[in-house]
Amino acid sequence: MKYLFEIVCLLLLVLAFASTQVIGNQFVFFVGFVILQYVVMATAWNILGGYAGYVNFGSAGFLAVGAYTSVALINFLGVGLIEQFIFGGVIAGLLGLGTGYLTLRLRGVYFAIATLALAIILETIVAHWGYVGGAAGTSILPARKPELLGILIVDRKAGVFGNYKEFLFFLMAGVAIGSVWVARWIERSKLGRGLNAIKDSEEAAECMGVPTLRLKLYATTISGAMMGVAGAPLASYLTFIDPLSAFNLEYAVNAIAMPMIGGTVSWIGPVIGAILLGGAQQWASLFISSELNLLIVGVLLVVFVIIAPGGIVGWFKKSR
Amino acid sequence: MSEPLLKIEGVSKHFGGFTALNNVTTFVKPGERFGLIGPNGSGKTTMINCVSGLLRNEEGKIIFDGKDVTGEKPHQRTAAGIARSFQIPRPFHTMSVIENLMIPSEFVGHHRGEKFNDRADGMEILETMGMADKADDPTTDLTQIELRKLELARAMAAKPKLLISDEAMAGLTGQEVDEVIDILFAMNERGITIIMIEHIMRAVMRFSQRIICLDAGQLIAEGTPEEIVKNKDVERAYLGSDDG
Amino acid sequence: MATFIDLLLNALVVGILLGGFYAALSIGLAITFGLLDVVNIAHPTILILGAFVAFILNSQVGIDPILAGLIATPFFYGFGWIIYQLYYNSFEKSGETDSLRGLAFFFGLLFIIEVGLIIQFGVDHRLVEAPYIGESANIVIGEDIDVAIPYRLLVAFVVATIATLAIRAYLTRTFFGRAVRAVAQDMMALRLMGVDPIKVKRIAFALGVATAGIGGALMIIVLPIEPSVGRLYIGNVFAIVVLGGLGSISGTLLAAIIIGVAESIVATFFGPSWAPAVSFGILLLVLAVRPEGLFGKTAGGH
Repeated sequence: MKYLFEIVCLLLLVLAFASTQVIGNQFVFFVGFVILQYVVMATAWNILGGYAGYVNFGSAGFLAVGAYTSVALINFLGVGLIEQFIFGGVIAGLLGLGTGYLTLRLRGVYFAIATLALAIILETIVAHWGYVGGAAGTSILPARKPELLGILIVDRKAGVFGNYKEFLFFLMAGVAIGSVWVARWIERSKLGRGLNAIKDSEEAAECMGVPTLRLKLYATTISGAMMGVAGAPLASYLTFIDPLSAFNLEYAVNAIAMPMIGGTVSWIGPVIGAILLGGAQQWASLFISSELNLLIVGVLLVVFVIIAPGGIVGWFKKSR
Repeated sequence: MSEPLLKIEGVSKHFGGFTALNNVTTFVKPGERFGLIGPNGSGKTTMINCVSGLLRNEEGKIIFDGKDVTGEKPHQRTAAGIARSFQIPRPFHTMSVIENLMIPSEFVGHHRGEKFNDRADGMEILETMGMADKADDPTTDLTQIELRKLELARAMAAKPKLLISDEAMAGLTGQEVDEVIDILFAMNERGITIIMIEHIMRAVMRFSQRIICLDAGQLIAEGTPEEIVKNKDVERAYLGSDDG
Repeated sequence: MATFIDLLLNALVVGILLGGFYAALSIGLAITFGLLDVVNIAHPTILILGAFVAFILNSQVGIDPILAGLIATPFFYGFGWIIYQLYYNSFEKSGETDSLRGLAFFFGLLFIIEVGLIIQFGVDHRLVEAPYIGESANIVIGEDIDVAIPYRLLVAFVVATIATLAIRAYLTRTFFGRAVRAVAQDMMALRLMGVDPIKVKRIAFALGVATAGIGGALMIIVLPIEPSVGRLYIGNVFAIVVLGGLGSISGTLLAAIIIGVAESIVATFFGPSWAPAVSFGILLLVLAVRPEGLFGKTAGGH
């Protein structure tokens, strides 16, 4: 069936909505949000890293740009969540476009180091920007009774969603499904084939007619925008944000580890990686310290790059 | 004499203080088999990098098919009809053989407003090289000679008017060299102009109608194979260097 | 005006001392990344590991941190040996170096060491005790102008300079040193000389990591340390190695002093919290504008 994937996507979105109406246990949405956020992060990283072969060490920077765009907009205009998602994506996308121009001269490791540098510079700037809380951070209180087109969105009795966690979960589910759809589309399009050629040999690709710079700019922009969208609701979700949590290296490591462990060749790899690793981390953080939990991510990353270059997906393909 | 397909006019290229190409002027006629020789480090590769667009020449012009392409990027020049192979094969190694050929036919085809014709074009090219049975193999399984053939096949898939073969035969056995020469002859018969950069003298002398020789970035000789063989400057350039 | 000159002079002196110290942190990376082309992004975190070794030996046994660094050096040599063997078997052996996976490997290693240290020692800042820590020499130059030289920086500077010069001498004067530099340029020539390039790379990599013994000790002498500060030093060391021209030891020393002075001046006039942005900013600028560094060979990828 031609639209099977799209139908599954829609069904998942309906399922996400239904779960917010049926399930009462808020912990589900708390955990679900984080995992979905990681699905977006991993998918976004993979568009640049997996398809085009450009490693981004600064994922946390893009996520934080999305998050702080929201904070600035809330402080400045008091905008709602939907607008935060949009602007977070736009600003991080522009940052991605800028990063794309770095690829003009920087290949391989130099690009990776440049993205790390970018993230730390942004962190330093945000830490000095008093308007969004500076180094000490700032609290964000969600709007009391948000409406959209006259419909009350969040209210304990009369709203579409009983509370903010449910609303955020549903929005993030939408973003995650959208991101995966985009990644899958890229993978099967001319853009995806061009990016693959760039990954294998950039010079050969250029000489075979692939407009490498343009395709790289598409990839960095789309990837950056997705990460920004993933970060946009962070402040509302945590109700507090500071540079340390927004620029957390944890995001950067997970954004790399999840696709590497799942498999970087296809859209499904990052999804598998994010669900497995994100789920395991959430589960483990209940029983063991969050540090130990991160240690496990590091070890898994190293073990997988050594023994399973194709990740879990590659594993399955080989054993078939 | 017909209008040249490629004109190289006063092209120079410097790397820092080093002059890799010094005011080189030459031309290639449509349908010609053109040889480019010179000792190691004489500027052969620099010259074809300037022609294909991987390097930008600071001085001089490159005119292809009546159009100044000096400022254009490699992919634009490929679309205009210049395709090249690489000395050290650079296959798209995560793809199969046929997928390698589909990259240029998809991307260059688009520029010319043609509809992308999935495998058929590529298979036809592979058949002329006796590689049709390898179409779906990963490139990592190919032998040296097959990798060289893939380089040429992929360049052909870009439907070029001018094909630049950069030392496609280095390291091959005598029989394999003949095989590659035959492929290049066959391409030429289909109307494609060919520039052959080669160290193997036997091959370049047998193949070329006209040859130029570079030494230390300068054009030192131009002529038919017979003339080049007798040229004193060429002899000196080769004997004077280590790899004569 | 006198205050300004006073501040500037102090910033310059501290910057130069800091630069010498940074050179000691970068020299290992100049070998592994600059000469061997192995992107050991975990290098700063390994330095932190060295700092913690010095901390333990100092606080538990009461050994001077520099001596502790010397004692740790052979162990770091062994550690580097093992890392390279693992790296080689996983990524280099097959012929084509898979840089994406290699990078992820070192990124994971960085993370494992950092989190491991947090689990063991927590996130509190740790410091060492030695007679030269805390005191400084005051040189009066004029009215209202005097330069304070903290002994801890002076000791770090002196030790760092000795170590850097020793490594430089080793790489330029000995047969093995020349072999290491040949690995960077011409593997074939080495094979013809009857030298196994892999063995050379392994020893050189181990040497690069071994510098974390002394480097780490200097780190904790200069400033109190907690596990995650290693990341901030990534900017410093990579900026220095790239700026220094990838593997040129003198270039590294010079670049380190440039970065040290720049950081010190920014910290003096704008506040120390801007310091991390300085080195990362310079790094970004160098990468974007002049990837071949100020003093040497190209870094612009392939």
